[in-house]
Amino acid sequence: MFRLEEITTFTGHNEAVWCVAWSPSGSLLASCSGDKTIRIWGKEDEKWVCKTVLTDGHSRTIRYISWSPCGQYLASASFDATVVIWSRKDGVFESIATLEGHENEVKAVNWSSSGSLIATCSRDKSVWIWEVTEDEEYECASVMSSHSQDVKHVTWHPHKEILASCSYDDTIKLYKEDNDDWTCFDTLTSHDSTVWKICFDQSGSRLASCGDDQTVKIWQEYVPGNEEGVLTKGNDSVWKCVCTLSGYHERSIYDICWNVETGHLVTACGDDAIRIFAEDSCSSKNEPKFNLVTTVTHAHAQDVNAVAWNPKIPTLLASCSDDTTIKLWRIIE
Amino acid sequence: MSLDNANPVVFQKTTEREILPEDEDNDVLDEIDDREVYDLIRSINDPEHPLTLEELNVVDHANVHVDNKKNKISISFTPTIPHCSMATLIGLSIRVKLLRALPPRFKVDVQISPGSHASEEAVNKQLADKERVAAALENSHLLKVVNECLTIREK
Repeated sequence: MFRLEEITTFTGHNEAVWCVAWSPSGSLLASCSGDKTIRIWGKEDEKWVCKTVLTDGHSRTIRYISWSPCGQYLASASFDATVVIWSRKDGVFESIATLEGHENEVKAVNWSSSGSLIATCSRDKSVWIWEVTEDEEYECASVMSSHSQDVKHVTWHPHKEILASCSYDDTIKLYKEDNDDWTCFDTLTSHDSTVWKICFDQSGSRLASCGDDQTVKIWQEYVPGNEEGVLTKGNDSVWKCVCTLSGYHERSIYDICWNVETGHLVTACGDDAIRIFAEDSCSSKNEPKFNLVTTVTHAHAQDVNAVAWNPKIPTLLASCSDDTTIKLWRIIE
Repeated sequence: MSLDNANPVVFQKTTEREILPEDEDNDVLDEIDDREVYDLIRSINDPEHPLTLEELNVVDHANVHVDNKKNKISISFTPTIPHCSMATLIGLSIRVKLLRALPPRFKVDVQISPGSHASEEAVNKQLADKERVAAALENSHLLKVVNECLTIREK
């Protein structure tokens, strides 16, 4: 039997909690909320406590937070149209830069695997790429307006400089650097409504997406000259939807996360539930099969907005909700 | 500013809900039902006329569905004309009213009655996007307009 057991509930935010993010070492959890604050949670003598509350960084809802790969910086994206970079030198968080330029709400921010690039996306339909210079300056390197609607999320490939974004226009787009500028090289269509979230697996050759159409989709990369004979153009890979998980979720799916070690997929849903899917042992690359292994039906009292596997402890999961709480879960097998 | 629909048809208001003996009995579990939710939204003001959504037949009792056990409420509303530019604002007002008045366990879906508006799909998608609704409600100008729709007028 495979199940999720609740370890603890964090209370402290006064409004919906939109996002939770583990530091790369897995020792700290950051959360952000409609109450315009970021909270940092960590263990003190085996007990989880709120270590710091970051206020005054933003004047509106903080929608998303992301740690730099080195764990020394935290980026926060807000409805106030800015992104703030926080530095954690000497253990104290201090805002060191504000990235301005988006016309309205910033929906997400993420660091590339090297930590030298940051991507942001907004309701203004654009995706921006920022370069991080050695002396902690942040310069806009590209503005891409490929989407025709509100861009919900941006995420980087786990080890290449390839960026993915998803949108209210129902599509997913992939970008790469080409002759000193960034261009969209593939558009993934299959979802029937808003795509809320996308994430790469550990290998970077697979992508999972989820959305308003209450489905999860798995996309497979096919490189030029692939043995399956999937047509490609030039030097670019193409991505094909190889699996759709439908009928499991009763409302919009707001987040999805691959477990780095086990490959398990966890989803956060508007029906208050958390679900975990595992790949079938006789699953193939071109036609993978995923089985629902557990559902926590009333994981939270309201919509679950985000889920995150701890990067170092594969049995530890964090979730957050409109009900203002954050929960930690342990997998029991 | 010209009105979208200068001469709307005005409908009869429903009578007040009859208070039954069990309504006053504290031992009877009083579940939230269609009529109770309808009562919450029928007095919402139209954004451009000094009339309520009920008087304009934008909302009616038959289009309010409450499933108390499943914590689900679905409401469809009918704009007075198929090109009504106020459709999103009316839907938002209904959402906000229920957000404030009902326990948070309820999932509320607000949609345009099928076939009654030219941009039905786009308006429905926007009303269902809780992130955009949350952002809209942080806009002080928009919030003021919504609050005006939700303030019960003295007649």
